[in-house]
Amino acid sequence: MAGSAWRSMLTQVVGGAVRRPALSSASFSRGMQTVTLIPGDGIGPEISTAVMKIFEAAKAPIRWEERNVTAIKGPGGRWMIPPDAKESMDRSKIGLKGPLKTPIAAGHPSMNLLLRKTFDLYANVRPCVSIEGYKTPYTDVNLVTIRENTEGEYSGIEHVIVDGVVQSIKLITENASRRIAEYAFEYARNNQRNSVTAVHKANIMRMSDGLFLRKCREVAENYKDIKFTEMYLDTVCLNMVQDPTQFDVLVMPNLYGDILSDLCAGLIGGLGVTPSGNIGANGVAIFESVHGTAPDIAGMDLANPTALLLSAVMMLRHMGLHDYGNKIQTACFDTIRDKKVLTKDLGGNSKCSEFTADICRRVQDLD
Amino acid sequence: MAAHSAVLSASKIINPFWGGRLGNTVKVFGTTLTSHRNKTLLTGENIPPPAKYGGRHTVTLIPGDGIGPELLNHVREVFRFSCVPVDFEVVHVNSALETEDDINNAITAIRRNGVALKGNIETKHTMAPSVKSRNNLLRTSLDLYANVMHCQSLPGVQTRHKNIDIMIIRENTEGEYSSLEHESVSGVVESLKIITRNNSLRIADYAFRLAREKGRRRVTAVHKANIMKLGDGLFLQCCREVASGYPDITFDSMIVDNTTMQLVSKPQQFDVMVMPNLYGNVVSNVCAGLVGGPGLVPGANYGRDYAVFETATRNTGKSIADRNIANPTAMLLAGCMMLDHLKLYDHASSIRNAVLTTMNENRLQTADIGGQGTTSEVVQSVMRIIQSKGQLTADL
Repeated sequence: MAGSAWRSMLTQVVGGAVRRPALSSASFSRGMQTVTLIPGDGIGPEISTAVMKIFEAAKAPIRWEERNVTAIKGPGGRWMIPPDAKESMDRSKIGLKGPLKTPIAAGHPSMNLLLRKTFDLYANVRPCVSIEGYKTPYTDVNLVTIRENTEGEYSGIEHVIVDGVVQSIKLITENASRRIAEYAFEYARNNQRNSVTAVHKANIMRMSDGLFLRKCREVAENYKDIKFTEMYLDTVCLNMVQDPTQFDVLVMPNLYGDILSDLCAGLIGGLGVTPSGNIGANGVAIFESVHGTAPDIAGMDLANPTALLLSAVMMLRHMGLHDYGNKIQTACFDTIRDKKVLTKDLGGNSKCSEFTADICRRVQDLD
Repeated sequence: MAAHSAVLSASKIINPFWGGRLGNTVKVFGTTLTSHRNKTLLTGENIPPPAKYGGRHTVTLIPGDGIGPELLNHVREVFRFSCVPVDFEVVHVNSALETEDDINNAITAIRRNGVALKGNIETKHTMAPSVKSRNNLLRTSLDLYANVMHCQSLPGVQTRHKNIDIMIIRENTEGEYSSLEHESVSGVVESLKIITRNNSLRIADYAFRLAREKGRRRVTAVHKANIMKLGDGLFLQCCREVASGYPDITFDSMIVDNTTMQLVSKPQQFDVMVMPNLYGNVVSNVCAGLVGGPGLVPGANYGRDYAVFETATRNTGKSIADRNIANPTAMLLAGCMMLDHLKLYDHASSIRNAVLTTMNENRLQTADIGGQGTTSEVVQSVMRIIQSKGQLTADL
């Protein structure tokens, strides 16, 4: 890491960071904030390195604590994440995660699911903003999907009733619905968004989505400054592909959220450029890239770090470090707009390190 | 006797409507039913002949709510003008009532006539949850298991993506739309999604048969079996089983969130898609949006014995009702699909050509696709084109 002289300079620069109330003093040493970094598998390590380099160039006050999360069997036979990873997250409260591979038939549930359960990550937030340099048929997309992450259709409760008849249970609870609705309105207020739309299918699933909708309506009463609308899932899909500019913040249960958030990611260019954040109870937040591990290009310096970088920017904003976040995001978008050093998936043929170096240079120039 | 009771129970599973009726007459009807069922499965002639008297067909018409009544009036106008030998039996369904008498009347009428054309019936979800969606009730009672939608890019319509030609076959009766919900504890609601082997096999078979009939090369099953391992896993397994019987057609599968992502970036890669109910809802609306909107695509619901035609995205369109701005294309094309089903192919082609010509060449488009025409102008243009082709028409 850098020498003590650099660190003390940093402390002077970020002295103003003290005013932020959300973070506990434990994670706060010399003005630096600790973030648990989970590099992940496949291209995970290389894009994590790229992000660390860019943060260093931006002189962001982040101290990274690298941890590994492979499922281990704890006492009582239940699968859990390694205790040092859990301890680090509990201390720092903020995490940045690369892609994790989900082995098929490994006997343990997916790591993403395990992380979600361990830290009660109830809200998945995906801001989808059109990237100026990366052309898609849809321009001017600027919306946020907030998806309930714990229950709904993904409760995993399935039974075979008789041979040939399977029943999957979709669970909707009052508490979870209220919690996600409150988060959505808080997010809208904190990020200067104008409206929140609840997406549902209450004409068919009268009781379950009806409950979700009722809770959203109740919470909307407390946030009169934000416009609240409700729309059927099919109408949202129909209108989204025709005119995505009419949407602002969308809040919805698990399955619809999964489909819609990926639909919106497709509008702006795919999972390789989409940031994502998971917000949990007790102030825990894990920001991640949602693309796969891409084992075929792992280790070949071809990966695109944009998704992880934009998730890290989301993280900076969550921590209140808006200046650093804006700086890094501007540098990243400028590089993409310039089209000179793009990675293969963005249409160029540069290496990941070249792309990263360009962003680092721009970040330093912006200072 | 064992054979007959086996027939009785088997028929109860496969065709619940008839199963109850057999009763004491199992000796006579049991064998008749078996042979009738076997015959339909083998020859593929699924629908018994529709109501046809004196050369004229009778079709049930359910106006529904919103833009349904006005668009169906236009359909009737065009049919009357083109001297189509179809009489409509109009059955109104009042969505504001809690009793199910209205919808039961409609169902009986469809059972009588075999074919129906309908608008969407609104579901007011301010009413009690026991008041189920009328459209859903209709589909499940008549066992209209396949919802078929053909999305094609139309030359005259400006869209972001070109050259789309996707057939979507959606399971229409079970899945998430089973309407089985209960509140086990206060504040906790469970909704059941049912997937059965029979229905999955049935819809997969329908999809592959349709693909073969239309000369399509590829069928894609859309699912979420990585999360719903048993439910969607069963669906996927059934699709694979059916696929093995059609070696000339390529079969692959795709997870639903990836599917939507691919649809908005590269929709040209899809050919025929088959999926359970809810994913079908999402995918069909995305595809309808891609080709130009809800006013352009017709949809059909097929069962073993009945067929009901409507617009593909099933919108009520309350906000544009009675303002003469709704796009009649979808409903008119649904009417043409119905005419094809009744084997009135000439009438179907002439009306379809007129509608597509109006859309593509005359550029008389309604507001939803960027034009300034009114509904009546479009309909007038359609009738003029039909007249100009020299066929027998009534007075304009």
